[in-house]
Amino acid sequence: MTQYSPSRLPEPRVAASVATSTNNHLEIDAVTKNFGSQAVLMGVNLSVAKGGTTAIVGPSGSGKTTLLRLIAGFEHPDTGSISLNGAKVAGDGVWVPAHKRHVGYVAQDGALFPHLSVGQNISFGLDAGKLPGGHRSVKTRVAELLDMVSLDAAMAKRRPHELSGGQQQRVALARALAREPELMLLDEPFSALDAGLRVATRRAVGKVLQDAGVTTILVTHDQGEALSFADQVAVMRGGRLAQIGNPFIVYTRPADRATAEFLGDAVILDAWMEGSLATCSLGGIPVRRPPAQGRVQLMLRPEQIRIAEDGPIRGVVVDTDYFGPETTVRLKLAVPPVLAEGAVADHRYPGGGEIITIRHWNASIARPGTELCLRVVGEAVAFPVEDLPQV
Amino acid sequence: MTTKLAAPGTSGGTTTAGRGKRPRPPFGVSIVAVLAVLIALFSLIPLGYVIVMTAATGWDTAVDLIFRARVGELLLNTVLLMAVTVPLCLILGVGGAWLVERTQLRGHKWWAVLLAAPLAIPAFVNSYAWVSAVPSLEGLWSGVLIATLSYFPLVYIPAAATLSRLDPAIEQSAASLGLGAWRTFFRVVLPQLRIAMTGGALLVSLHLLAEYGAFAMIRFDTFTTAIMVQYQSTFNGTAGNMLASVLVFLCLILLLVEVRSRGSARYAKIGSGAQARALRLPLHAYQLPAQLFLAALTALAFGLPLTFVLRWIVAGGPDIWAADEFLPALLQTLMYGLAGALATTVVAFPMAYLAVRHPSWFSKALELSNYITSSMPGIVVGLAFVTVSIKAAPSLYQTSALLVAAYVLLVLPRALVNIRSGLAQAPKELDEAAQALGKPPLLAFLRVTLRLTAPAAAGGAALVFLAIVNELTATLLLSPNGTRTLATEFWSKSSEIDYAGAAPYALLMILISAPMTYLLFQQSKKAAGQ
Repeated sequence: MTQYSPSRLPEPRVAASVATSTNNHLEIDAVTKNFGSQAVLMGVNLSVAKGGTTAIVGPSGSGKTTLLRLIAGFEHPDTGSISLNGAKVAGDGVWVPAHKRHVGYVAQDGALFPHLSVGQNISFGLDAGKLPGGHRSVKTRVAELLDMVSLDAAMAKRRPHELSGGQQQRVALARALAREPELMLLDEPFSALDAGLRVATRRAVGKVLQDAGVTTILVTHDQGEALSFADQVAVMRGGRLAQIGNPFIVYTRPADRATAEFLGDAVILDAWMEGSLATCSLGGIPVRRPPAQGRVQLMLRPEQIRIAEDGPIRGVVVDTDYFGPETTVRLKLAVPPVLAEGAVADHRYPGGGEIITIRHWNASIARPGTELCLRVVGEAVAFPVEDLPQV
Repeated sequence: MTTKLAAPGTSGGTTTAGRGKRPRPPFGVSIVAVLAVLIALFSLIPLGYVIVMTAATGWDTAVDLIFRARVGELLLNTVLLMAVTVPLCLILGVGGAWLVERTQLRGHKWWAVLLAAPLAIPAFVNSYAWVSAVPSLEGLWSGVLIATLSYFPLVYIPAAATLSRLDPAIEQSAASLGLGAWRTFFRVVLPQLRIAMTGGALLVSLHLLAEYGAFAMIRFDTFTTAIMVQYQSTFNGTAGNMLASVLVFLCLILLLVEVRSRGSARYAKIGSGAQARALRLPLHAYQLPAQLFLAALTALAFGLPLTFVLRWIVAGGPDIWAADEFLPALLQTLMYGLAGALATTVVAFPMAYLAVRHPSWFSKALELSNYITSSMPGIVVGLAFVTVSIKAAPSLYQTSALLVAAYVLLVLPRALVNIRSGLAQAPKELDEAAQALGKPPLLAFLRVTLRLTAPAAAGGAALVFLAIVNELTATLLLSPNGTRTLATEFWSKSSEIDYAGAAPYALLMILISAPMTYLLFQQSKKAAGQ
């Protein structure tokens, strides 16, 4: 269902315009937005398929919330246009205000109306006159919606401040669902919740929305949340979309180093690319569609580096952090065997000695000073050297 | 200017605009901005009047009229009055607040209300009672006595509010760092009260400058009483105008001093979570002296005036309740109070809305103009409105509309403070949520923002009502012929030494003020944390 952007790994860092399709629920075309002299969005293109789940993820200040507010109709784009179901709602002289867009919106803290009960909050957007059973059916509908978000119908009498944070978010979702929107916008709705509740609420909300077949856009700064929630992840940085794609793709094959590091821990090593094989302190590692030959930077995810029984690649444990189920191990890599054997300095092969961080489930084998054998699973991603961030 | 109480720390900008970015103001906001500018311009009439009058007088005449012995005498009176009264009010106010909020004072719940109670007695009624009790009262020290007893609650209320909201963790930290109770109070608690104290001191000072009735009754000359005498004898005389410009100058200096001493630091931003309850210090042997002290204070500030008002009522017998004089005054007062409260709330809304929802240099400038206006004494507002209306719109002179306009100007800051804090409780996100739920912007505003602001606005309106009921100075200058409010009736009777005849009006003012004072007291507790 979801339209993935074509894999663009070889070259650009900036998303090219995604192919237009009539099946797209939401189309954002070259949207820019400034606040005063500050450019917040600098040409954003995004398509969201009907029924799909998209997460817009980015560090704070990247413009993701602004993008969401533009879709909701709380802000006007400076240039560019936004279409819902093929009809323009903003841009090119068209403006459909928020209340006519039929878009659901759940704010960061839920934004429940404090002067209304839970039931009144949920029925706020319902037009009693338009429901078949009039006022009586409002009550039924509220109970239905509460049930949908796994809350007791008796909650309708409560006041928002009597609910926990997670319950408030569910009520906010029920309130937004009441009008049966086809598009739901979630603005960091889980960030105010504590860790355990966050996961549970996220899962519950995701299920409700999926069951209802609602196209969903989630804005978050939490990579894990984005990757687990959505079937399309749009990485936003500095007012632009750096990469759009399915979670697995953006995580394992990020378009650039910054995206790689934003989406999770990354092991970055200098390497020499020849054909589709990169040589580095971890040995020769296959790379699909290398962007360049010669000197490159190689990106691996820590979980790709495993501890092996035996092998030529070695590293010495520097220190460890124990997290319970897993341990983060910092290793100093040994000089690769190809150098040790040849004993001739070769500009093509970096000299080892890098410190990398990997994860392992067994804390006991990783005492500082221990030498471990390592192997790499899967492919690496190479970035051209000029990709180095300007520090 | 009667009782005016800004909750401590409320004048700091409260930004709800998300993520520090300023949204482009939509069309509706432009209308609000235009309205706010008009209101601000209107509110600057008194200041403009004083400046124009001073300029028109000519340099030489102005110098002659300002640098003369009479002005020096008034200045000395005023400065001495402030120099003694303000510290006394600070000591009584902060001391009382500390006893009530931070010690194991018996019956502290009752004392908390009783210490605020003197605010229900207008200063000129207080003065009247004291003159009845001690007929020889006259001059500076009598002024200090009456002013202190009338105005110390202006310090007490914000101080108590701040203390009750002060996170006890701060004091506990001080204790854990080795400070004893006394040193904790002086080094940790007192600095936290800085905003409450400077704000309270400013209010007391402004009241001292603006009060007419209380000082006229004990024949203590201040600028305000002198201007009134000039006005009554020469009507818009140059000498009176020059006194007014000196008075305004003093007020502006006070504002400057307060801004300076308030500093830029913001204290005690208390988190939203439930906080531990403050530990109360045991009083042990000091319990009795504390009780006696508070009892004496309450007796002098509240008991004595009330007693003498009641004594005059008893002495006057049924004759003083002549309904044909009495009922119209009551009705007119209530009418003016309601009209003024309504008008002020309506006028304050655009300014509060701009300040909270669209903070910018522009809304800051509006706030500044409002801040300046808040210091204008009733006598200056009255003079300005008399002169401006005669010159620019004679048909408005001595109409109730003009009087209500003057009331609006005098009490606007009070309504503003309330509506602002109310609006701050209704963040923009709620408005947007309503819009996302299909409500058009105006309906969303009405059903969410306005609805959520309503309680605070009603509280503000009640305070405005209280102020108008007890307003004397501007009412004397501006009221249409035949207008009789409780305050003016009381004033004319007591000026004719018909103390018994004045008593029912005094009692009514106290009765009307009492619930409002209680409301103000309750409200200050809520506002202190914002």
